[in-house]
This record gives sequence, C-alpha cells and structure tokens, in this order.
Amino acid sequence: MSTVPMSRVPTHPAAVPMVTRYAMPHEPHYASATGIFSVMWLLLVLPLAGAAILLLGGRRTNRWGHLLATAAAATSFVVALLLFFALLGRSGDDRAVSQHLFSWIPVNSFQVDAGLLFDQLSALFVLLITGVGTLIHVYSIGYMAHDPARRKFFAYMNLFLASMLLLVLGDNFLVLYAGWELVGLSSYLLIKFWEDRPAAATAANKAFYMNRVGDVGLALAVMFMFATVGSTNFDTVFGAAAAGVIGYGTLTAIALLLLLGACGKSGQFPLQAWLPDAMEGPTPISALIHAATMVTAGVYLIARANPIFTETQAARTVVVIIGAGTILIGCVIGCAYDDIKKVLAYSTVSQIGYMFLAVGLGPAGYALGIMHLLAHGFFKAGLFLGAGSVIHAMNDEQDMRKYGALWRLMPVTWATFGICYLAIIGFPPLSGFFTKDKIIEAAFDKGGTSGYLLGSAALLGAGITAFYMTRLFLMTFHGERRWSDKGPRAVHPHESPRVMTGPMIPLAIGAAVAGGLFVLGGSVQNWLAPVVGESAEEGVHTMSPVVLTALTLLVAAGGFAGAYLRYQLRPVEAVAPPDAEVGLVTVAARHDLYANTFNEAVFMRPGQYATRFLVWLDTVGVDGAVRGSAAAVGGLSGRLRRTQTGFVRSYALSMLGGAVLVVGALYLVKVG
Amino acid sequence: MNPANYLILSALLFTIGAVGVLLRRNAIVVFMCVELMLNAANLTLVTFSRINGTLDGQIIAFFVMVVAAAEVVIGLAVILTIFRTRRSASVDDVNLLKY
Amino acid sequence: MNSFPWLTTLLVIPVVAAVVVLAVPRRFATLAKQITLVVTLVEFGLALLATIAYEPSRAGFQFAQKYSWIRQFGVSYSVGADGISLVLILLATLLVPVVVLASWDEVTGPAPAAAARAARAADPGGAAAGPAAGVVSRRSVPAFFALLLVLEAGMVGVFAATDVFLFYVFFEAMLIPMYFLIGSYGAVKEQAQRSYAAVKFLLYSLFGGLLMLAAVIGLYVVSADQLGTGTFDFATLRQLDITPGVQKLLFLGFFIAFAIKAPLFPFHTWLPDAGAQSPTGGAILLVGVLDKVGTFGLIRYCIPLFPKASSYFAPMVLALAVIGIFYGALLAIGQRDMKRLVAYTSLAHFGFIAMGTFALTSQGGTGAVLYMVNHGLSTGLLFLVVGFLVARRGSRDVSAYGGMARVTPVLAGVFLIAGLSSLALPGLNSFVSEFLVLVGTFTRYRALAIVATCGIVLAAVYILYLYQRTMTGPLVGEQARGVLDLSLREKIVVAPVVVLIIALGVYPKPLINIIRPTVTATFEDAGHTDPAPTIPVNASQAGGHS
Repeated sequence: MSTVPMSRVPTHPAAVPMVTRYAMPHEPHYASATGIFSVMWLLLVLPLAGAAILLLGGRRTNRWGHLLATAAAATSFVVALLLFFALLGRSGDDRAVSQHLFSWIPVNSFQVDAGLLFDQLSALFVLLITGVGTLIHVYSIGYMAHDPARRKFFAYMNLFLASMLLLVLGDNFLVLYAGWELVGLSSYLLIKFWEDRPAAATAANKAFYMNRVGDVGLALAVMFMFATVGSTNFDTVFGAAAAGVIGYGTLTAIALLLLLGACGKSGQFPLQAWLPDAMEGPTPISALIHAATMVTAGVYLIARANPIFTETQAARTVVVIIGAGTILIGCVIGCAYDDIKKVLAYSTVSQIGYMFLAVGLGPAGYALGIMHLLAHGFFKAGLFLGAGSVIHAMNDEQDMRKYGALWRLMPVTWATFGICYLAIIGFPPLSGFFTKDKIIEAAFDKGGTSGYLLGSAALLGAGITAFYMTRLFLMTFHGERRWSDKGPRAVHPHESPRVMTGPMIPLAIGAAVAGGLFVLGGSVQNWLAPVVGESAEEGVHTMSPVVLTALTLLVAAGGFAGAYLRYQLRPVEAVAPPDAEVGLVTVAARHDLYANTFNEAVFMRPGQYATRFLVWLDTVGVDGAVRGSAAAVGGLSGRLRRTQTGFVRSYALSMLGGAVLVVGALYLVKVG
Repeated sequence: MNPANYLILSALLFTIGAVGVLLRRNAIVVFMCVELMLNAANLTLVTFSRINGTLDGQIIAFFVMVVAAAEVVIGLAVILTIFRTRRSASVDDVNLLKY
Repeated sequence: MNSFPWLTTLLVIPVVAAVVVLAVPRRFATLAKQITLVVTLVEFGLALLATIAYEPSRAGFQFAQKYSWIRQFGVSYSVGADGISLVLILLATLLVPVVVLASWDEVTGPAPAAAARAARAADPGGAAAGPAAGVVSRRSVPAFFALLLVLEAGMVGVFAATDVFLFYVFFEAMLIPMYFLIGSYGAVKEQAQRSYAAVKFLLYSLFGGLLMLAAVIGLYVVSADQLGTGTFDFATLRQLDITPGVQKLLFLGFFIAFAIKAPLFPFHTWLPDAGAQSPTGGAILLVGVLDKVGTFGLIRYCIPLFPKASSYFAPMVLALAVIGIFYGALLAIGQRDMKRLVAYTSLAHFGFIAMGTFALTSQGGTGAVLYMVNHGLSTGLLFLVVGFLVARRGSRDVSAYGGMARVTPVLAGVFLIAGLSSLALPGLNSFVSEFLVLVGTFTRYRALAIVATCGIVLAAVYILYLYQRTMTGPLVGEQARGVLDLSLREKIVVAPVVVLIIALGVYPKPLINIIRPTVTATFEDAGHTDPAPTIPVNASQAGGHS
C-alpha cells in the first residue's frame, strides 16, 4: 500500500508566487501608477478599440472609419504627451511607473501579470509611435482615399499601434513577447493588404516566417529567464543580472537568444531578407512599420535588456559584428536597386545596423542607439511618405529610372524629402549629423583593432549612404525627365493633396532639429541614464572628435560627389543596364547578395523535399505498416476459410481429430 | 458381470457410429450413426453410474435422450426438406454452406 | 449546490433526448434539430452552472456519486469531477451545440432528385447516379442528431467516470456513434473511402481499447492481491503500491490505448482518414473532444496510477511527442486535402500536449490541460471554416481555392483567427497553453524544449501557407465569384468560439484556477515537484560571493 494520500491540498496557493527577490542596489524601482498614470492603459485600449470597432462594424463604418482611427491614434498621442510631461515632473530616479492590470498566467511559481511600465525609455518610444503613427494616419487618409478597403487598412493600423505600444509598455518579458508577435501579425496583415497580388501574399508570409524564427529566440530567452531566476519581470531579471548572480554562460545564452529575436524583427543579418519584400505593402505602412517603429523594436529590446547585455561581453561582440556587417550589406544593396522603396528599405536595414552597432557597444552606446532610432524615425518616415507622394503622383510607378525632374512639380514633397535626405546622409546640422556621428565616434572609441574595424565600417557606411541616397534623390527629383505625359504610359505628376503633404512637414522639421535637440547638452543621454546607465562621455577618445567629424563629413561628401558625378552630370538610362554590363558587385547586390538564393537553397528546397519525403513515408511507411498488418490478417483468414469445404463429413472428421487431440492431451498431462 | 465389458461395448458402438458418420453418404444412415454414437455415450453414462453407485450418470442419460429426440425431429425435417428440393439424400450434394 | 447530481444529470439528459429525437418521424426533421439544439444548449448551461458550483480549492473529486453496479467484480457506477475533467466536460458541452447548429443543413444535403441529377451531370455514364442518390435519401436527419446526443453522453461519461471499468465502458461506447457518424454521414461522394475511414477508426481504437482492458483487469488483479477484494475504484487504485515491473506493463497497456486515441506519432494514421471523411460536425467532435480522451487519460490515469512507470517512460513519451510536433507539422505542410491538413496539425498539437504532460511539472501539466481546451476551440473553428468552404465549393482540395478573401471576407477573417490561434499567437488562447507547456518542459528538459520551440516556426508555415493558397491571390474558378459569405446562422456558429479564443487568450485565469490545483496535486502525489530556479532563492548571499 502506498502511503501517499490521494487528496492532498495543493501546496502552491496562487496568491504566493515563488518569485525570488533581490535586494540589490541595481534593482530597478518601479513606482506604482497613481494619479494621471492610472490612465496608462488608455494608451493601448484607444487604438485597440478603434481597430475592434472598424473590424466588427463592417461596411457601416466605411464612411467615417478612417477618421475614427486617426482620432484614436491622436488621442493616444495626447495621452502619451500628458504622461510624458507628468514624468518630467517627477524626480530623476523616480521616473519609472508601472501599472498592474491583471494576473495573466498564474501557475504556481510561474506568475505573469499583465502589467505596463512607463519609464524614460518607453516614454520616448510611446511618443515616437503615437506621434509618427498619428501623422501617418493622417497621411493615409489621402493616400488610401480611393482604396475600397480603406476601413480595413485603418483598422490594421490601429491594431498595429496597440501591439507596438504593448511591446514597449510591457513590464515583463512575456507581455513584451506578446506585443512582439502581435506587431508581427499587424505587419503581416498590412504587407498582404493588397492580397490578390500573389507577390504581396508571399512577401507577407515570408515576413511572418522569418519573424517567427526570431520569435523562437525571444521565447527561449524568456524560458531561460524563468528557469534561471523564476520570473520574467524586468525588475527581477535585471536585478539578478546586474547583481551578477547569473552565470556568464547562461547570461550570454539569454543575450544571444534575445539578439536572435531582435535580428528577426529588425531585419538584421542573417534575417534581413524579409524587409525589402515587405515593401509590397502600401507605402504608409512601409513608413510606419517597416521604417520608423516596428523594425526598430530589436534595438528597443537590446536597450531594454541592457543589464543583461552589459554583463556579457561575448554577446555584445556578436551584436556589434551583426550591426557593422548589416550596415555594409544594406548600403551595398541599396546602391543597386532602382525601385525607390527597395532602396529605402535597404537604407533602413543599414541604419538599424548603426543602431545595433551602438547598443552593442554597451553602456557607451545604448543612449546613442536610441537617439539615432528616434531621429531615424523622423527622417525615414519622412522619406517614405515623400516616396509615397511621388509614387502616388506617378501612377504607382516605383522605378526611379522612370522619374526625373519632379522637383518643380512637387515642391512640398521635394523640400521635405530633401531635408530628410540631408538628415540621413549626415549633413550638418540636421539630425543624422549628430546621431550618426556619435555612433561612429563611439565605435572608434571602443579602442583596439576591433574599434578601428567597427569605426571604419561605420564610416564607410556613411560614405555609401551618402552615395545611394544622393543617387535616389537626384534620380527622382532632378536630372532629365524620363517620363512622358502623352502616349499609352502617360503620367501627370502633381503635388499631393494637403492631407498628405501636411504630415510630411512636421516630420521634416523633426528630421532637421531632433538630432541637435537630443545631443546638445546630452539631454537624451541624461534622460535615459537611469534606465541604461551613464554613458562614458569623458572616456578615452581614439581620435579627436573634431577630426573624426571632419573625416565623416569628408567621406560623406565623397559619396555625394560620386553620385552627383554619375547621376546628375551624366544622363540616367531609363532602363537599367543588364547584368552583363555591370560589375560583379552590382550583380550580387541586385540579387540581395544572394540571401534569398541562400535561404531557398538551404531552407526552402530541403524543407520541400523533406515534406514530400515525409508524406511519402507516412503513406507508404507508417500507414503502410498498418495497412500491411490489416492485409496480412485478411490474407491469412482468406487461406483459413478454405478449410470450410461445406462437406459435413470433413467437419465431422475434424471434430473427431479434435476430440482425439483433447483426449491425447489429457492423457499426456495425466501421465506426465 | 464385469462392468468394463459394457464400456468396451459402448466404445465399439461409438466407433461404429463414428466411422459410419465419416464414411457413409446417405444422410439417413449418417443420422442413424449419430444416434448410435449418442446411445453409446448413454451406455457409458449408465455404466459409470452403476460403477460409482450414484444416479448422476442416469440423469444425464435422460437429458441426452431428450436432446436426441429433439435432434431427430429437427434433423429428419431438414433431411426431408433437402430431399424434396434436391431429390437426393447424399450429404456430399449439400455443400453450399462453405467459404 | 454540491449535493445536486450534476454529472448524472449531464449524462442522462442527452440519452433521453436521443431516444426522443430518434422517435421523431423523418418528415419533421426540423423538429428533431430544434429539440437537439435546445437540449444541447440546456446541457451546456448546466455544465456552466456546475463549473460555477465547483470549488477549485477543494481537493479530490466533487459532485461525486457512487452506486454499486456489478457487485461481484467491484464495479460501480461512480462519477466525479476534478479540475481536469470539468474543463473538458465544459468544452464538450460547448462544442456540441456549435456542431448541431453547424450541421443544420449538412445532413439533408440536396433533395434526392436534385442529387441524382447532379450525380448524372457529374458522371455521364450514369454508373454512380443510382447509388449516390440512394445514399443521400437514406440519410436520416433525426438519427444523425440522435447520434450526436449519444456521443455527447459518452463524452460526458468518459470524463466524469471515476471507476476505471466505467471509464473503459464509456471509452468504447463512444466509438459506436462516431463510427456511424463517419460511416453513414461522412463525405457524400466517397462511399468507399468513408467506410474505410470508419472501419480504420473503429479497429484502431478497439485495438487500443482491448490493450487497456487487459491493463484494467490487471489493475483489478493487483488490487485483489493487495486489498483482498478487487476493485476498479480510481481513488482506491491510485493508492496501491504496484511493483515497478507490473507498473511498466500496465502503463503500456493504458499508454498505447491513449496514444492511439490522442493520437501520438506513430499511432496516428487513422486520424487524417477519419478527419477527412467525417462530416464537419463529426470531425470537430472527433478531433476536438474525442481525441482529448487520450491526452486526458495520460494525465488522469497513467501518471497517478503508475508514477514510477511514468517517470521511467517519460523520456520515450517526450521523444514521441517532439517527433510528433515536427512530423505533424511537416506533413500538414505537404497536404493538399484541407481536412487532412487540419488533422495533421492536430498531430503536432497533441505532441505539445503530451510533452507538457510528461514534463511532469505543474506548468507543463496545467498548460497541457489548458491546451486540450484551447485545441478543441481552435481546431474546431478550423474544421468549421473548412466545412464552410467545402459546403460552398464542394472540394477539399487546396488547389480548388484561391483568392477567396475577396468574395468571402468574413469567412477569411474567421479562418485567419482560427489559424492564428492554431499557430499560438499571443493574445489568442493557444499561446497561453503552448507557452506554459514549453516553459514547463524547459525547466526540466532544456534541450527538448529548445527543439520543440523551433516547431512553432513550422506552425506558422502550415497555417499561413494554407491561408495564402486558399484566401489570397487571384480568384480561382469562375463559379467562385458567386460564392456567398457567411450566413447569419454560420456567424452565430462561429461567434462564441471566436469570442472564447480571444477571451481565453487575454484572460485565461478562470480556467487556470480550475485546472492548476488538480494538476499540481496529481503531480505531487506522484512524487514530482517542480524544479526550482537555478539561482538559489536567497540570491543576495550568492551575489555577495561574485
């Protein structure tokens, strides 16, 4: 008999989570949300409600749906502003406010709450997301005016805002993960928005699959955290990481898994191939999701998990290598494409490479990465909206070789686009000049050979960026006009309506001044210091900042000059030269450096073969064994029934035989 | 008299019956052979009843007789029906009930 | 409230209703449907009330009733509910009215004359016309709904039974209505295949069931040895101290039965056939509830009755589970038949459930039970949507579809929600359970959990690839242009499932609170405690050393 009683009361009451507490000086302190902060949940719920109303309301909401969605986004922005100013009013070390909503998944020691955290880092992101998001909502009213499914578009945009806000507001890694996958969903829905185009549907699937690969990394990181410290809350995990109680190997594993997630979402090597394809979505989406906000989530993740990354040099080395490598990959491919959106997409890839490089440098770079991210949010969104305006004007033509000399016809687009263009190439004193320059400087300051390598890569990237962006700008707005307003392919370029140009202006202003505002006086760095640590501003410089700035400007000017000579002073062919007439590098770049070829050859094809093989195996092998045994039984019984001859006498004989056998057996047993 | 003799007799009768069932084709004869075997069994039962001095064997013998009577009723009816339809009483002609 | 015989009431109502419905003449088919719908709704309401009356914090079985049935063998009619069985009863009673409403017009099919004409048109030779028409006209509507009701009683019984013999009886009894549902009411035009599927399902399940019967009798013998009088009472049996060797044998008897029922790789080949040939409602109940009996049995019977054997076999089961996750996913990607595809996705999901169960942690176990409910909802919805598509276009072949999102946007939306739930998107129900399973496994079997997590990429592939082929791209087929979107009835069918999928994703706590205590107690009684975090609890001291 077992002594285990059957009815034992469970020893883990739900109310007592087995969460390890760390009384560490490093442990972040989160104040609970009171006063104005108690409406924090509204940030999320407003756009979510907008999406729900538009999706459930159906055709009835067609007429005013876009206005409602825009209003939801704008209200959310207002709430964000209010919260931001309230945060400003608090003392420097008390600027992290968390709001507990409800207990989400409580299973004994695994206690996950739905909780929000509004601190210095998430505040900046919330402002960027809702601010740029609102502007793009407004822009989309014009851009999508003639689309029959405009309502659905706005519903998905609102859904995206809610998901993205969940991502940056979650106060534990599982809520962050939820937001992480939900932005992937919104991105998927919006990429395949024109879903009767097979290319759009394929691109959407590709984006989701590659993101899922990254998600596996993030999910495993969360599991690792729980298995290690028994919680997924930021404060517990970061407290333990900062206290140094987690082993170096575990910490590095967690960091690398987080990095895998970040690479997936941010289109970094080796998971960069989905981002350019994602340009199949409507252009406002490219601006919002695939340039300004969602794709920078990887940078957010690393900056947020800075206590982990700070402790593991190995993981940070991988981050900077990926960052530097992706800068160059993005730049090189960006030079080869003629599709304006693809160039901008690869530009995004390479700019996020800068951010990765920055956050991979550790405490010196977290704030720099975030600053570049915010500045990039402005100028890249502006660039995409400008591109959208051009595409709109050119009857959905995206090939820059069919553009040219548009600047007179579209002055507002030209001016705003121009400012954003100057910002991205780092023209002083626009924002890119400050933020990118800082990153290059920090990379050199890392010291040693690695510092020189990283710094040179970043510097080279700045030069190539200047080249391809100038090429894009000149091919689009200047030079000969390569389109016709007569004939079968006639276009009549015109300036876009106010509702579209309007949002581009604040973005251009932001692109112009944001960098300076962030950097001067170290405002953002000081603001973020409680979250990401003090950056070692007065550290040893490898090169004098002035010299380095001059060098950067020189390299960028070189890139500009190269593009100017090639694309302004010489005519641009309206048809791209065939592969045979261009260099090897260009051919490779036109094929995305064979990333897709590689993915197809290594993952897709073998996967297809494996699938086909398994289908065969299942039918012939596993099910074959089952059907085989059934057939064997059937065959055997077929033989056996032949003994049923129908002759009474043969039955009688077999009975007699049976009787003799039984008697014989009895006899044997008795004798034996 | 030695009761074993009765047993030998019943064994002989049973063997004759069994051989008859196996070898003869005429249904009536087969049927009679079956009866012979039943009665051989009855003889054995009664003999053992006598040897052991209990009545159990005799009681069972009555049961066997009742069963045999019932069987005769059904069996003869079947044979007769078959004969009417097929004009034959040979058991080898009735082999439809097979695989 | 607890003295009310909830479970017996839940058992009796459908049986009585089945008799009544069967007595309805065929002319009044609508009446039969209406009775069934009302009864199943009442049944669900009662199950809901029972759930409210249930006290999660109390250990042991609640609403228990026990009457001697076969005294000589110690068999009793004894029923009771714990957290695990209660949520599954709730799932079963929820899905039946959904199925009833979804099958409203399915059985009737076209009128015999029209069907004959259609058959002749499809087959000019006329060879198939006669039998096809005959098949349609021979389908009795009241009998279909009576079968559903009998099945519902069987499902409630199998979860409620607390006597192992009674469990076995219900386990086998459920096969009968399901056999007829597949064999008589399955795919209309494929008589041979659906008979094949029905027989395959029956034989497979019977084979497992007989192994289990042997093990049940083995348990009886052991109990007779140890207690003097044999018994089948679960609560008594789980206190036996069985020698490890015997445990292993008996465990295998139960396990194979459950592995066939669930099904786990490599006992799964009946599922795609049965899933494809079943009527929509049958497929929902088959995969949504009946298969849960297998996973339910694993956690309810295998682990508490044979604690040592389940530890011993855990690595083997986990290996099968992980193979199943990948095998099912890859095969799903390779399918052309939509119903078979959904069936194969279930194979992957059952892999997750088995993995969570045999990780032997409270997170994994709770996640596994929650997964059973969630899988019932998400796969049920997938089968519903596929059923709608098949009803509209008459083909299960993926290549017959394409671009449906443009003509049937609501259907496409529901399809996407079902699919996203199936691929465990956060915010939807399955995510909670899948993550619990993975995290629960991770704390004990790290490498295994890492491998299994990679399976979620394949989940995205099989769902979205299916969606891409059917819903996006240019419209395939001229007649697709006239296809109607979901009718009001169909919207009512999917609405509760969709609402639950979202609600349980955002706020799963009510269900977790019911499941968790039972699962925790089950594992603790079997001697499995959760692994503690690798960092010592008093971490500040450890921090001082570093």
